[in-house]
Amino acid sequence: MKKLLLATAAATLVAGAAGAEEIKLGISLGFTGPLESLAGPMSGGAQLAMKEISESGKLLDGSTVVAVTGDSTCADAAAATATVERLITAEAVRGIIGGMCSGETIASLENVGKPNGIVMISPSATSPALSDIEDNGLFFRTAPSDARQGEVMADVLMEKGIGSVAVTYTNNDYGKGLADSFEAAYEAKGGKVTVNAPHDDGKADYSAEVAALAAAGGDALVVAGYIDQGGSGVTRASLDTGAFSTFVFPDGMVGTALEEKFGAETADSIGINPAAAGDGRATFNEMANAEGFDPNSPYAGEAYDAAALILLAMQAAKSTDPAVYKDKITEIANAPGEPIQPGELGKALEIIAGGGDVDYVGASSVEMVGNGESAGSFRETVMKDGKLEVVGYR
Amino acid sequence: MDILNAIVALLNFVIIPATAYGAQLALGALGVTLIYGILRFSNFAHGDTMAFGTAITILATWGLQAAGVSLGPLPTALLALPVGMAATALLVLATDRAVYRFYRVKKAAPIILVMASVGVMFVMNGLTRLLIGVDEERFADGARFVIDVRSFREMTGLQEGLALRTTQLLTVVIAFVVVWALFWFLNRTKSGKAMRAYSDNEDLALLSGIDPERVVRMTWIIAASLATIAGVLYGLDKSFKAFNYFQILLPIFAAAIVGGLGSPLGAIAGGFVVAYSEVAITYPWLKIAGYLFPGWQPDGLLQLLGTEYKFAVSFVILIVVLLFKPTGLFRGKSV
Repeated sequence: MKKLLLATAAATLVAGAAGAEEIKLGISLGFTGPLESLAGPMSGGAQLAMKEISESGKLLDGSTVVAVTGDSTCADAAAATATVERLITAEAVRGIIGGMCSGETIASLENVGKPNGIVMISPSATSPALSDIEDNGLFFRTAPSDARQGEVMADVLMEKGIGSVAVTYTNNDYGKGLADSFEAAYEAKGGKVTVNAPHDDGKADYSAEVAALAAAGGDALVVAGYIDQGGSGVTRASLDTGAFSTFVFPDGMVGTALEEKFGAETADSIGINPAAAGDGRATFNEMANAEGFDPNSPYAGEAYDAAALILLAMQAAKSTDPAVYKDKITEIANAPGEPIQPGELGKALEIIAGGGDVDYVGASSVEMVGNGESAGSFRETVMKDGKLEVVGYR
Repeated sequence: MDILNAIVALLNFVIIPATAYGAQLALGALGVTLIYGILRFSNFAHGDTMAFGTAITILATWGLQAAGVSLGPLPTALLALPVGMAATALLVLATDRAVYRFYRVKKAAPIILVMASVGVMFVMNGLTRLLIGVDEERFADGARFVIDVRSFREMTGLQEGLALRTTQLLTVVIAFVVVWALFWFLNRTKSGKAMRAYSDNEDLALLSGIDPERVVRMTWIIAASLATIAGVLYGLDKSFKAFNYFQILLPIFAAAIVGGLGSPLGAIAGGFVVAYSEVAITYPWLKIAGYLFPGWQPDGLLQLLGTEYKFAVSFVILIVVLLFKPTGLFRGKSV
């Protein structure tokens, strides 16, 4: 709040400059609700990009950017719609970073964003349903769709010659969505999912779940769960009963906790999680730490990229009108052009003003595909001698 | 060969896990049934008594491990067990003094004592979390397996593997010893006979000179010891997490009621009935059927219920028993 006040005060001071404009951007995230712990760092990421651009003084003849935050609640579509409505009609924002969860994002996009012609970039809505939503070219996202993750996992498995797997997922929307998208992608490529069964988190004993998975069989077990929860329990019980020895770990299952808990026992197991290659992420982490929010909080980097993309597109379109700059977003995000890392937004503004081309990479290796969503960068790791070794990025 | 494979798969995924789980339930149900038989109320705090005892044992285990003490292939927690039992006994005796005695002296209706035990449950719940936190703790050390899958496969050349964890074997052995000791105590010693007399008829027992407070104290101490042993075995075999002990309260009660509340033999039978039903009903029989009937290729997994309905099995058994045989298999007291 203090930062917001400071930014507003600073903005009012500069606003008098000739030809410059004060551009308002909306941030509609679930500051209260089931993902409230993530909203703070995400908002921090978005405001970091705005601050960087304002301070560079190179945006559209020295225009400045002000953030207007609103609570989308994540869970309540009506509340999210009202928030976005307020941002657009009362605050006259020129673009919105949000929403946060897939359901509220769909509701606010269809009810308010699209009718008012406002560009919305969601840093965190990953539902495959958003891929082919009718959006008049106004909606983008910097987080990859769950469908994409499923496809990457299917690709990796097919390349390794693993033709049949059992799948277990944590019993919630995330787990089910990922497991289903993986099953669809894998079977389309000729693989066979022997069983696709949920497991509940927080239980002491997973031997019954593992017995069911073992009865179905398969060359490997895909564990779409949480390492601190049932995912670890299922893996432990599978190892103990000899049901599976090769595992596929997506997302949150990959990490040092995996090495500590299982190590060499899970030799040759495969980890696939969204992660960007390169120095960009490190720079972003430093900047975030200096700003006082946690850079490793999920989607903070994606939020930074969402704000940066809107502002760079405005520069390229020489306009803050969403109807004009919306067409520039994909152009900014993709090659050809000079790659832009976090912290280089000023340089990007200069290149664009000089008529050059940029390829925005950012904190999350943005690459827009299909209907305006990030392809996402996934890291493939393999367990060797009790350590996770990076095989590559895709 | 196929029949051998089927037997090994059955042992590995059904019989061994269900037997260990059944032994843990039986020990828990014994405590519940003793309190019901002698103090005449269903003790809802039993699950959290188990958690408290296990938490103390874990803390003592860490102390021993830090001091470099170990039992070789056996888990160090066995050495720490008496500490946990003593601390838990002190806690339940204090609880009895502070809460239950008040209602006992007033000869309050059993339902009031049951409600009081729900209150005690929440207090113990909080106490355990203050002591050790809400996170999962693993405290099993020593040798992990008696037989592990790889060496079993090499030894026998069978396709199916068999794993027997040290903790599973220990659970069954210790449960057997404890049950034997308890029955010996109840049937052969004077104190045990006094407890049974008190359970059969309180007034007659008083007339024949049995000190009721002494019987109550002994009951609590035995129940607390059983709870701690059951809790530690469960924690060693699976893992310790305070919340899980609240969850196994339901199968424990189902076991005690199925066997007949107040009947120690019934508690043991009930524990195994509940454990075997839970595992067998949620186990997919596809693999075993495949070994036994090689020509048969069914579409499904031959699974009666998804594993997420495991706890529902205890509920169903509970309801069926209460409907058709309210006194349980071994003629306990009707609920």
